[in-house]
Amino acid sequence: MKFTNNNLPDLGRRKAIRLVGMGAAVGMGALASGSSSLATPNMGNVSLADQVGSFFQDHYKRMSPEEIQEAIERLERKYKSKYQVEVKVGDPKPLPDVLFGYALNISKCQGYRECVKGCTAENNQSKDPNLEYIRVLEMDRGQMNLETADPYYPSTEEVPKPGKFYLPIQCHHCENPPCVKACPVKATWKEPDGIVVIDYNWCIGCRMCANACPYWARKFNWTEPNLPVDTVNTQTGYLSNRPREKGVMEKCTFCAQRSREGRMPACQEACPTGARVFGNLLDPDSEIRYVLENKNVFRLKEELNTEPKFWYYSD
Amino acid sequence: MKLIRFFIDCAKVSLSGNTAYWAWVSVLLFFISMGGFTYLEQMRVGLVITGMSDQVSWGFYVSNFTFLVGVAAAAVMLVIPAYIFHNPDAKRVVLLGEGLAVAASLMCMLFVSVDLGRPDRIWHLSPWPGMFNWPSSLLTWDVIVLSGYLGLNLAIPGYILYNRYQGTEYNKKLVFGAAVLSMFWAISIHTVTAFLFASNSARPFWASALVAPRFLATAFCAGPAFIILAFSVMHKVQAFQIGHKVIDLLSVIVAVSMQINLIMLAAELFVEFYAEGQHSASARYLFLGLDGKSALVPWIWSAQALNVGALILLMIEKTRKNYYFLALACVMAVIGIWIEKGMGFVIPGFIPTPLGEVFEYMPTWMEVKVALGVYGIGALVFTLMMKPLRAIQLGLLANPNLDLVAAKQLYEQREREALEQRIRGYETKIDP
Ligand code: SF4
Ligand code: SF4
Repeated sequence: MKFTNNNLPDLGRRKAIRLVGMGAAVGMGALASGSSSLATPNMGNVSLADQVGSFFQDHYKRMSPEEIQEAIERLERKYKSKYQVEVKVGDPKPLPDVLFGYALNISKCQGYRECVKGCTAENNQSKDPNLEYIRVLEMDRGQMNLETADPYYPSTEEVPKPGKFYLPIQCHHCENPPCVKACPVKATWKEPDGIVVIDYNWCIGCRMCANACPYWARKFNWTEPNLPVDTVNTQTGYLSNRPREKGVMEKCTFCAQRSREGRMPACQEACPTGARVFGNLLDPDSEIRYVLENKNVFRLKEELNTEPKFWYYSD
Repeated sequence: MKLIRFFIDCAKVSLSGNTAYWAWVSVLLFFISMGGFTYLEQMRVGLVITGMSDQVSWGFYVSNFTFLVGVAAAAVMLVIPAYIFHNPDAKRVVLLGEGLAVAASLMCMLFVSVDLGRPDRIWHLSPWPGMFNWPSSLLTWDVIVLSGYLGLNLAIPGYILYNRYQGTEYNKKLVFGAAVLSMFWAISIHTVTAFLFASNSARPFWASALVAPRFLATAFCAGPAFIILAFSVMHKVQAFQIGHKVIDLLSVIVAVSMQINLIMLAAELFVEFYAEGQHSASARYLFLGLDGKSALVPWIWSAQALNVGALILLMIEKTRKNYYFLALACVMAVIGIWIEKGMGFVIPGFIPTPLGEVFEYMPTWMEVKVALGVYGIGALVFTLMMKPLRAIQLGLLANPNLDLVAAKQLYEQREREALEQRIRGYETKIDP
């Protein structure tokens, strides 16, 4: 074997065969990939300037008010072309002296899942594939073992079923949130009012946060969210319920777009039994403070020291 | 200027070869193209094309990443004897080991990248212009240690080869220092990767102090086994002459590491199953099945059977010294540990979910194809690097008129002289 083959007479032909061979390998690879059509899913008609603008868009916390305004306008234009409706993207800021907390009365909860419906009507989640922030567990009475819980009890069955109780779980907005620690790009953080939010335009979709969350609160957009036009909620917030895109993480935001304007979260309003108590933990006269001070409350997985701001109690 | 010529000369050598060489490159191109086009599809529709879900949010990609970090780290098992203890046999092949480390770290980075939901935003994952959640997020640590390790493993051999190309002597002290650094760095890449999992107190199966030491043990088992196999192949196709002493050294390392790994496995099994609590649910799912679901059970038991089988072959002197059995043992160890660290470690950590749901995971074909593409890129990079490496070692690049046989003879003569000089050095030390 000679080291170089420069002196071979039929070099040209060999080279040609080689190139053809390699080209064939690439072509066969393309065929074997089984990549189907090149049709793109409905992303709306976004102008090149807007595409460039959103590509280079900075982290929410590093943007100036003007830049945030531009980002919001870009989003509104995109939603307009994608859903053919005017979607208003607000940016409500945390209120001073407010720390939100939630309490849920498990002796009142009947497992109707009205909160789940209220939530998905409010928060522009993907429908079919369904993305839900609240999961109601049907539990056997006499224990607290999550592993025997049934989250898929059919909604056609009559609830509450004998021998069962119901435990709705959503993001607990931990005071010591492991998800925030885990995110490599600070795309998720805890706001001064205690709400843990995500900048959907900064998230890289690595799912570190979902692995770190002990309450399985984080849901990922495995594909372009399917949001039929008639289900779009047009009143949205930048850090909360504005429509998301594929490849990013999302979760409950205590309905920041509502709670920061003094309204109740959608799940609280939807609950027909009055099992849900939401309010300002810093206000000594609030109902939530009353519950914490007068009821026997507990939190899930306290041993993990995440300090959830979501309590359960029973009468 | 000289540096540019060095690179051009290297590239020329990489792109010359006989038909077998080009056939091999074409095979790799086939896999790369298949993976690349599948990845385009994934970019288009999203990660739904994989088997992953909210329940099991990491899968085949991260599994392979975890395995390959071990392969990358294992180069240190050649670096230590070569640069620290000046073992001449290890020195001959250490550059190959470092080349393997380069390819493996590159594949690690690619596996993390293809796992991202938003690859277009990968630049966010940098101190500037992105935002780096360091030191709190373990993924940022992994970015740092992996790119550092890649850099070190490019720099050390590059520096040595460049000197040899020019016919100058490299600075021994500098290389020694860099070797010590890369030794600790190799440990760190695997420790950090272990902490990526162990830092999740929400996932009791991962949140164990044993994860990091076990990762190291499996790395120093699968990695050298992989190197033995790669060396044997290169020896067979006569790309490289590999001394049997190196193979012996590596095979002992594989055997010892496997023993340590199995001891730690036994310790883990005892803790999980003696007083089985809710924390043991993942281990029960993995080894025995849970709620009638048992997709991983055959995987983990075949992994353990392969591991034990490999260990037996390696512990018997006769089979370890027989290259066919040794190759068999290495194949078994590599597959066993590949399963153990991927399907047997990454996946069960997700099952059951923190809310107790048992939801199973199996990679899809699309996912497997993308992974094969990544392996194809790694193999191609390794192949392209090996050619100039050999040429430089044999002095062919600096002096292209030399023919192969003469070059080999010259090379061996140089080696012998170096060895004799060392021996004389010892003699004068003992007997001044
Ligand atoms: S419940 Fe999960 S997602 Fe919500 S703040 Fe806590 S760790 Fe983060
Ligand atoms: S998925 Fe998004 S929010 Fe979660 S850790 Fe990754 S970048 Fe952060």
